[in-house]
Amino acid sequence: MPAEAPLLITEKVKGALVIAARDPAAIRLGLAPGLTLAEARARIADPAVAEADPAADAALLERIADWCDRYTPLVALDGPGGLMLDLTGVAHLFGGEAAMLEDCLKRLNTFGISARIAIAGSADAARALARARPGSIVPPGGEALAVRDLPVTLLGLDAARSLALTRAGLKTIGDLIDRPRAPLAARFGAECVDRIAGLTGLVHHPISPRRLVPVALAERIFFEPVSRTEDIEATLAGLALDVARLLEKRGEGGRRFEAVFYRVDGFVRRIVVTTSRPNRDAKALIRLFREKLDALSDPLEAGFGFDLVRLGTFATEPFDEIETSLDGRARDEDALTDLVDRLGARFGPEHVLRFVPEDTHIPERRARAVPVLAAPAVRWQADLVAGEPPLRPLSLFNPPEPIEALAEVPDGPPLRFRWRRVLHRVARAEGPERIAPEWWRMSDDTLDRDYYRVEDQEGRRFWLYREGLYGQETTNPRWYLHGLFA
Amino acid sequence: MGTAGRVTVDALRRQVAAIERAGDGTRPLAGRRLPVDHGPVDAAIGGGLAAGVLHEILPAAVADSAAAGGFALALSLCLAPAERPLVWIRAAAAVRESGELHPDGLAALGLDPARLILVRLGDAASILRAGVEVARCAALGAVIVELYGDPKALDLTSERRLMLAAEQSGVSVILLRPGAKAAPGGAETRWRLASGQTQPLPMNAPGRPAFDLTLLRHRHGPPGGPWRLEWNRDAKRFEPLHFATETLRRDPDALPRVEPAAPAAGRALWRHAG
Repeated sequence: MPAEAPLLITEKVKGALVIAARDPAAIRLGLAPGLTLAEARARIADPAVAEADPAADAALLERIADWCDRYTPLVALDGPGGLMLDLTGVAHLFGGEAAMLEDCLKRLNTFGISARIAIAGSADAARALARARPGSIVPPGGEALAVRDLPVTLLGLDAARSLALTRAGLKTIGDLIDRPRAPLAARFGAECVDRIAGLTGLVHHPISPRRLVPVALAERIFFEPVSRTEDIEATLAGLALDVARLLEKRGEGGRRFEAVFYRVDGFVRRIVVTTSRPNRDAKALIRLFREKLDALSDPLEAGFGFDLVRLGTFATEPFDEIETSLDGRARDEDALTDLVDRLGARFGPEHVLRFVPEDTHIPERRARAVPVLAAPAVRWQADLVAGEPPLRPLSLFNPPEPIEALAEVPDGPPLRFRWRRVLHRVARAEGPERIAPEWWRMSDDTLDRDYYRVEDQEGRRFWLYREGLYGQETTNPRWYLHGLFA
Repeated sequence: MGTAGRVTVDALRRQVAAIERAGDGTRPLAGRRLPVDHGPVDAAIGGGLAAGVLHEILPAAVADSAAAGGFALALSLCLAPAERPLVWIRAAAAVRESGELHPDGLAALGLDPARLILVRLGDAASILRAGVEVARCAALGAVIVELYGDPKALDLTSERRLMLAAEQSGVSVILLRPGAKAAPGGAETRWRLASGQTQPLPMNAPGRPAFDLTLLRHRHGPPGGPWRLEWNRDAKRFEPLHFATETLRRDPDALPRVEPAAPAAGRALWRHAG
């Protein structure tokens, strides 16, 4: 009789395969989660079985949450399989709460996702109603009435306490609402009272949105989805102007801008550009986005087109109107930050670096290369003696490369050494310069290093070191090549 | 028009362009020639190295990459107006081959590391693209573009693009090509560079950086060299060094062409070990 076999999703619990979820056909057959697969097989022949994949489920939920951004910036994940949207002040943009609920359901259905939605004045009431009476919209202040006949299991307490409540004859939330709170709290815990207050809208439990709310936001909704690159760029240009105007009103500039593209099939693509200074120049923004779009290894797949494009800015800072300076210095600085931003947008900020000094004398830790966007320039303290040759190499190997070296005496400079299979005969050498490990970082195997500047017979210059003091720390010191001089 | 005439017209055009740019504060060096060693090298390239063009440096061997990097840096210090930032675009392959740049080493060659922006990229096409983008920025002092080997992306067109960007902005571009076999020839000058034996200090310590360089190609003149130059960090310029004949082994063809450079008169080559 059944048209197709019911689908069971199983997970492993204590070594047994147990039903975790099932499709409508299985629901009709009365197969409930928690039933073992063996038992289910005993009841019906040949169910279709698939293993649960919680990671994929979570990823799908995240994608749906991303997509829900179109309704409100405040979207929170809510337990397994649930999303909580804060609709405060946004419903009228979609033609009212009922129309919005309808729209959301319809769109989700076109993606093949079934959903149960309820709208209420408090997060807890909405959560309970979505599970018990999907589709309900509670008028303001009507929460207490709406949740009265819901079972107490929807309070969200643990199983033991839910059972205790039912045993006490308290079957519906209404039963609880009517009782004095103090005995309830004494018997079932303060949590129980708190949940009741949440359900009835007396207390508002905050939700934790997944994303920052943009400081300034502009969007374009398309009834006819756009997919051509030129249209998308033109849209972005318009949005950039809007955002720039918003920022101007606030007297601020943004440091991080995010363009969000909502494709008709629910796919959401975000593209972020960061700038090194507060920015509200629409033209510069568009240039950065164009760089970024050009550089994408997987282009913005428009597919059937985008029906909503948004541009938001985060991390704003006070913005000083640029004074046009006559000496050109400010202009140079502008040109430079523009360049850094453009390179960052195209290749990624982590590829555009500058050196920042560290307070240490260990050569490989002397500096860090950090994104120019993230760090201001720090003047370098170098105590150079006039007329001296470079005492530090132009380039450094990290980690140092092991070499075979031969010295005349165990604690003397090397006579020859072999690096990358090439033998170098040392013509000149200076050293040792001893660099001791920092005792506060020292582990037992860090040894003193004796560095030598050497030049081979070909005129190439190297920075070598012997690890370990001969006779004190080791009898068989090892040699390393640490850097190359110009 | 014969080649000689062509060269004259080019030179005149360049002069006119230089005069036109003179009033423009953003390109203070465009069209100018900057002294390298105040000696034989400058003489061979018409009084100094042209700013705002493309210069190419080929290390004689991969092992000379570090020396070539140092030479490129020193050259860009000669070419860049004081205090303007430098950009060095490097390939990941170059880092594997000769290590990451060491800021103390940069300082030891005369560059404040805070002046350097390092762009680290994977493939040649990105490096060239970034190179053009950077070379267009007139606020810079000089740009070093380091490309490893002979990538397909580097051809006459891409060199020409770099050259044009440099000419537009007045920012000198130095194309550093370790492990390369030459080929494209869009640059104003092309040099072969090897590490040179230093003038030893007391106790036989290695002296200041020395470079053996040969002018392989020059748009407005004959090739020349070899010369040996020593980098004077304090004066930020090269000084000619004596050649010992055995050091010419790497470039035997060039040997008879040019007289060894005269020693720098009256300069103390000796110093006390620190």
